[in-house]
Amino acid sequence: MSQGTKIAARPSPKVSDEIRKTTCYMCACRCGINVHLQDGKVKYIEGNRDHPVNKGVLCAKGSAGIMQHYSPARLKAPMKRVGPRGSGEFEEISWDEAYDIAVGWMGPLRDKTPEKLAFFTGRDQSQSFTSLWAQAYGTPNYAAHGGFCSVNMAAAGIYTMGGAFWEFGQPDWDRAKLFMIFGVAEDHDSNPIKAGIGRLKANGGKVIGVNPIRSGYNAVADEWIGITPGTDGLFIMAIMHELLRAGKVDLEYLCRYTNAGFLVSADEGADDFGLFLRDAEGKAQVVDRANGGLAAYDAKGVTANLAASYSQDGKTYRTAFQLLAETYLDARYSPDAVAETCGLTAAKIRAVAAELARVAFEEEITIDQPWTDWKGEKHDKMIGRPVAFHAMRGISAHSNGFQTCRALHLLQILLGSVEVPGGFRFKPPYPKPPEAHPKPHACDKPGQPLPGPHLGYPMGPEDLLIDDDGNPKRIDKAFSWENPFSVHGLMHMVISNAHAGDPYKIDTLFLYMANMAWNSSMNTSEVMRMLTDQNDNGDYVIPHIIYSDAYSSEMVAYADLILPDTTYLERHDCISLLDRPICEADAAADAIRWPVVEPDRNVKGFQSALCDLGARLGLPGWVNEDGSQKYADYADYITTHERRPGVGPLAGWRNEDGSGEGRGAPNPDQLDKYIENGGFWMGHVPEEALYYKPWNAAYQDWAVGIGLFDAPQPYVFNLYLEPARKMQRAAEGIGDSQPPENMRERIKAAFTPLPEWYQPFEDAAVDHDEYPLHALTQRPMHMYHSWGSQNAWLRQITNVNRLYIPGKVWDEKGFEEGDWAYVTSVHGKIKVPVARMDALNGDTVWTWNAIGKKRGAWALSEDAPEATQGFLLNHLIHELLPDKGDGLRWANSDPVTGQAAWFDLRVNIEKAPAGGPSEPAHPAAKSQVGQGPAHVAYGEDF
Amino acid sequence: MTALPEKTEKKLGLVIDLDTCVGCHACVVNCKEWNTSNYGTPLSDMDAYGAAPEGTFLNRVHSYEVTPQSGCAQTVHFPKSCLHCDDAPCVTVCPTGASYKRSEDGIVLVNETDCMGCGLCAWACPYGARELDQLAGIMKKCTLCVDRIYNENIPEEDREPACVRTCPAGARHFGDFADPDSKVSRLVAERDGMDLMPEMGTAPVNKYLPPRKKDVLVGETKQLDAKSEEPKGFLAWLDKALEAI
Amino acid sequence: MHPAPSVIIFTTLSGLGFGLLAWLALGYPDVSGVVAFVFYAIAFALAVGGLLASTFHLGNRKNAIKAFSQWRTSWLSREGVGAVTSLIVMGVYAAGHIFLGEKWGALGVLGAVLSLGTVFTTSMIYAQLKTVPRWNTPWTSVLFMLHAIAGGALLAGQVTVAAILLAVLGLVQIVAWQQGDGAFAASGASLETATGLGRIGKVRQLEAPHSGENYLLKEMAFEVGRKHARKLRAIGFVLAIGLPVALLLLAPVNHFVALLAVVSHIAGVFATRWLFFAEAKHVVSLYYGR
Repeated sequence: MSQGTKIAARPSPKVSDEIRKTTCYMCACRCGINVHLQDGKVKYIEGNRDHPVNKGVLCAKGSAGIMQHYSPARLKAPMKRVGPRGSGEFEEISWDEAYDIAVGWMGPLRDKTPEKLAFFTGRDQSQSFTSLWAQAYGTPNYAAHGGFCSVNMAAAGIYTMGGAFWEFGQPDWDRAKLFMIFGVAEDHDSNPIKAGIGRLKANGGKVIGVNPIRSGYNAVADEWIGITPGTDGLFIMAIMHELLRAGKVDLEYLCRYTNAGFLVSADEGADDFGLFLRDAEGKAQVVDRANGGLAAYDAKGVTANLAASYSQDGKTYRTAFQLLAETYLDARYSPDAVAETCGLTAAKIRAVAAELARVAFEEEITIDQPWTDWKGEKHDKMIGRPVAFHAMRGISAHSNGFQTCRALHLLQILLGSVEVPGGFRFKPPYPKPPEAHPKPHACDKPGQPLPGPHLGYPMGPEDLLIDDDGNPKRIDKAFSWENPFSVHGLMHMVISNAHAGDPYKIDTLFLYMANMAWNSSMNTSEVMRMLTDQNDNGDYVIPHIIYSDAYSSEMVAYADLILPDTTYLERHDCISLLDRPICEADAAADAIRWPVVEPDRNVKGFQSALCDLGARLGLPGWVNEDGSQKYADYADYITTHERRPGVGPLAGWRNEDGSGEGRGAPNPDQLDKYIENGGFWMGHVPEEALYYKPWNAAYQDWAVGIGLFDAPQPYVFNLYLEPARKMQRAAEGIGDSQPPENMRERIKAAFTPLPEWYQPFEDAAVDHDEYPLHALTQRPMHMYHSWGSQNAWLRQITNVNRLYIPGKVWDEKGFEEGDWAYVTSVHGKIKVPVARMDALNGDTVWTWNAIGKKRGAWALSEDAPEATQGFLLNHLIHELLPDKGDGLRWANSDPVTGQAAWFDLRVNIEKAPAGGPSEPAHPAAKSQVGQGPAHVAYGEDF
Repeated sequence: MTALPEKTEKKLGLVIDLDTCVGCHACVVNCKEWNTSNYGTPLSDMDAYGAAPEGTFLNRVHSYEVTPQSGCAQTVHFPKSCLHCDDAPCVTVCPTGASYKRSEDGIVLVNETDCMGCGLCAWACPYGARELDQLAGIMKKCTLCVDRIYNENIPEEDREPACVRTCPAGARHFGDFADPDSKVSRLVAERDGMDLMPEMGTAPVNKYLPPRKKDVLVGETKQLDAKSEEPKGFLAWLDKALEAI
Repeated sequence: MHPAPSVIIFTTLSGLGFGLLAWLALGYPDVSGVVAFVFYAIAFALAVGGLLASTFHLGNRKNAIKAFSQWRTSWLSREGVGAVTSLIVMGVYAAGHIFLGEKWGALGVLGAVLSLGTVFTTSMIYAQLKTVPRWNTPWTSVLFMLHAIAGGALLAGQVTVAAILLAVLGLVQIVAWQQGDGAFAASGASLETATGLGRIGKVRQLEAPHSGENYLLKEMAFEVGRKHARKLRAIGFVLAIGLPVALLLLAPVNHFVALLAVVSHIAGVFATRWLFFAEAKHVVSLYYGR
């Protein structure tokens, strides 16, 4: 054959007709993507090199976006249910009819009982928009999915230092020399972490991974700490014990930037025991090292004496740092005391502490960058402690997660490695202390908008959302005594509480992008029962369910009315600074999505549907004075809405001439400007403002300039958390608002103002002989929630999940490859395929999350391996703890934040007869979209 | 002809860093995405939404567990695609002349207009780098993105294989191994880059960087010297330490 | 390796066909006219039928014609060229023999050499593959050649010679099995060398790159149970070697016995040829922990 028929030596095929740049939505990472179009079809998706999040790279999910966009599981039109709930039988209807039905349910509720509408959004990236809608409607019952994701981390980070990981901040990847990562679900911030680890390693940096499972990031970690689930807090406190014992803490940093020097009332009987000594203006007091006298902590020239104590009116006050040192120097937090519980050796814990201290203090880095602090003091350089941390759901999703996350933040602060070169850095609009966040709000008057946002940061019992009898105002019991700091709401409790009528019954459940009938619920089988349960009259216990999703997910079959959403390539969105930002530590940034292809079905972006619904309901702020619809669609809202004068959903190209950054009048051409710029806007932080952000005058001024806040708000970090102490005091019987008797002990134990470790609730409640193993899930990097399994490419990589069993247990139980096992918890029993893994904590089993699918969903065949062999661990978990016999429903949640305690699960395993199907094997619902085509050869057309 | 060139001007290939690969499959899917709509016939997916989905991929990521003599087991993610061997047995076995190794850059390609889908080249390859597309009946393999690396229709910075451009961790590197000063050559030299299955005598161009030594960073012997055992001692230390600030 | 029926039929039948052609080319059996025609017809049917069967495993048959192009490097191409050349030469020879009653000696020798050479090229398709250690040995060629010669002798009615050749084939088959059983280990390939991770420790698969099957697994990671294989070996050996030899040596020579011996032999060869593929482990299966 001649060379001529072979491909040319230097082939230069045309890639596409056009590139349109938008934002990925294949997970929560929000990378910039270049969508190549040919003949109007999506040909290729690659990462956008200019984008602040991914800088050109793209993960497996992002690259599989083509299959997501053209998925056969896409819903085609609005639908109303015609068969029984769960049957999957629907009839397509017009949008007008859909709106009429929705307004017919929601309209009448608004005037008298707005709380009977519960509106919860799942993987929503428009929370500042959906919450505004819910505020206008006037229901107190709104939240997104944070409560079952990582609220412990977010809340602990904000309360402690005004920000946590991922959306709030990131390691200083280019300068860090030691990176320690705890229990990370492998998707959140997925590309930046991968890229960061790659860069760190290329620079010679080292990684310590703390995770019961050695996969993903832990696989590339130089040192793996295979800790026992739920004991991370103990491990961290033992490290603090070692650091304090050796004096390896950054005292200057603690003096300047934290409340370490605040005087705390230290006599147990004192009326202000545990509270800060404050002056008449309420300013916390410190002892000035210069003269030994009292001074306000933020007074110019004052340096707190951490070693001081102070007596006044016969009461002793000691510094917060002394209380901290006493707490963690105590023998109960020594490596020897905790090692066995953690599944580690004491020597290993000591060695980790030594390595952290070595890098922090012996590999100190300095940058010759002068800066000025909030007290006007000038510094000629920036000093870095190149130890950086990252953590997410692994340490969050425990009933002791809040305090564990607090402890991790304390550890960073003790090392002086927050907001310094080489350490952890905030991303604008963070740092933002709890005081700068709103307080939670419920409705004052039916028929009226809420007086403020639903979610916020309570600073004491007075901020809780409870009625005069102490009962929760919200259906999910957020901001009640059950979980006072539930700053993200508790989506996982909504259906359970609504079904039980505890605290009250609701009429309409309105959900967006939340697969509550499957992987987004604890105890999936039970939730499916609740959704279909009928009362004596034959009516559903939850009377109306409206659901919006783009795909034929498991939840669709359980709704009465379906509002079909678009794919992510067909919609407008804004990833707003008002919401969950995509900023980098060096820059503020926001982004948009726009319809790079037009929908070919009768579907509508959910946010645009909300604009229509808001108008039809006549909600204030959603109609013009003449009663006409205010926002034609979501794009109209994005460009014209102002949250505060001059501050809107998007920060870039404000003012008619596009000159405004952060502040400025709405610009009708704003979206075009974003599109021209590749779908995002970025405003760089000035050089002198890059570090020490909470205390850096240049940063504070810059942040005010671009509208992140309206006045500088410097603050110090909360080693000692006074709001927690206030909750404790209420439980001790002090103050007007006090918890019910049966919750007092729990609140006293959980709300320690300095983090303490306690055994996770399920761990404490169940018999360890009966349930000897911990059970965890992790999300594969190439899948996201339930979206992966309908994706023709991704499902080939993983369509079956097996339960990984540590080698020792595997051998003891006599398992062999290909075996199946029964897995039992106090709540249920499932049958699953198993596999051996040795790089695994010896008391832990685990599996990949959200591979298992319900038969008939997602346009898959009913014998798809996701349904016949895949499984969910959720069937073994419950939103409630095992019955204590007191007639009360105790949530299986963190008592501080209400975070779902997914990872407290304990199980037993035993060999099962070989072969599937996995159990429980739920019957199929009828597919609303049929089944996907047999064979696919994508790319033929090009 | 399916004779191998005696020498190639360049030796283009990949270095894959097993110390950095986190096993995310980004390279797998981006490769699929690029190649299904560019070079030759699409990479089909059989039974795409059914009980036994199986399609053609040119790059796959395996996961292994390695247990050292002492110490805990390690997880290693292992991407694998065509290694563009110097002594490529897949080329010489081809009866139709479809398979060839380019003398200019060493890339091993299949000319799809000549392939009869006999599969013998896949049999000859030790690495599983070739997959016969089940719908088209044509042998598919990694082209090293020959339609990207010289493509004048894309920006110069993008003229690298799709898997390299997309890899979030930076675990994949593309370059010329014939040039001893190239990034890939230097990486191989510095990090003890290795061949897969050298006993097969294929002389692979692609190299793998082995994982760095694990679990030796911290050890169990380091510990901090105590400054203070008792809370009282701690205060004394604190006093002194504060003086020093 | 996947024991695809097309390849088993191809190697078995075409081997027998070319074996018989070789015997016919050398003048055995000494027949003429219609009887010669029947012999040639059987030989051509087997050879051509086998070759046709082999095309059934092609993914893209329209390009099959191009398979004749690469005879300088490719054994598969050589096999194609060899087969066609043999068939043409033997076609001419057969025509002369049947219709003219002429046995062109030189052409016959050439035809015999080409026919057996074709079988050799077939054997080399497998024997050349380092990736399949069980095949990567001269015994593969010896085995294929002996199959052709012995089977050809049997079909050609060369009772004594066939019995002797079959016995030799039996011995070689046993040697090949023995040698083959240790071949993979002897190749040095292991998951440790395949991944290069042997420098750290013992390697095992944790998770496959894909949940289901793919071309590689279907084609190259076929597994047959050891017990099952032993049983099949015994059956194959008895049918291919034992029974025919016994019949040839002990039974009266008649058409029925000859037919029985031939059928038994072919059935046995199918079984051993199935095993030839099924028992052959490709090194790529290492990557899948198999």
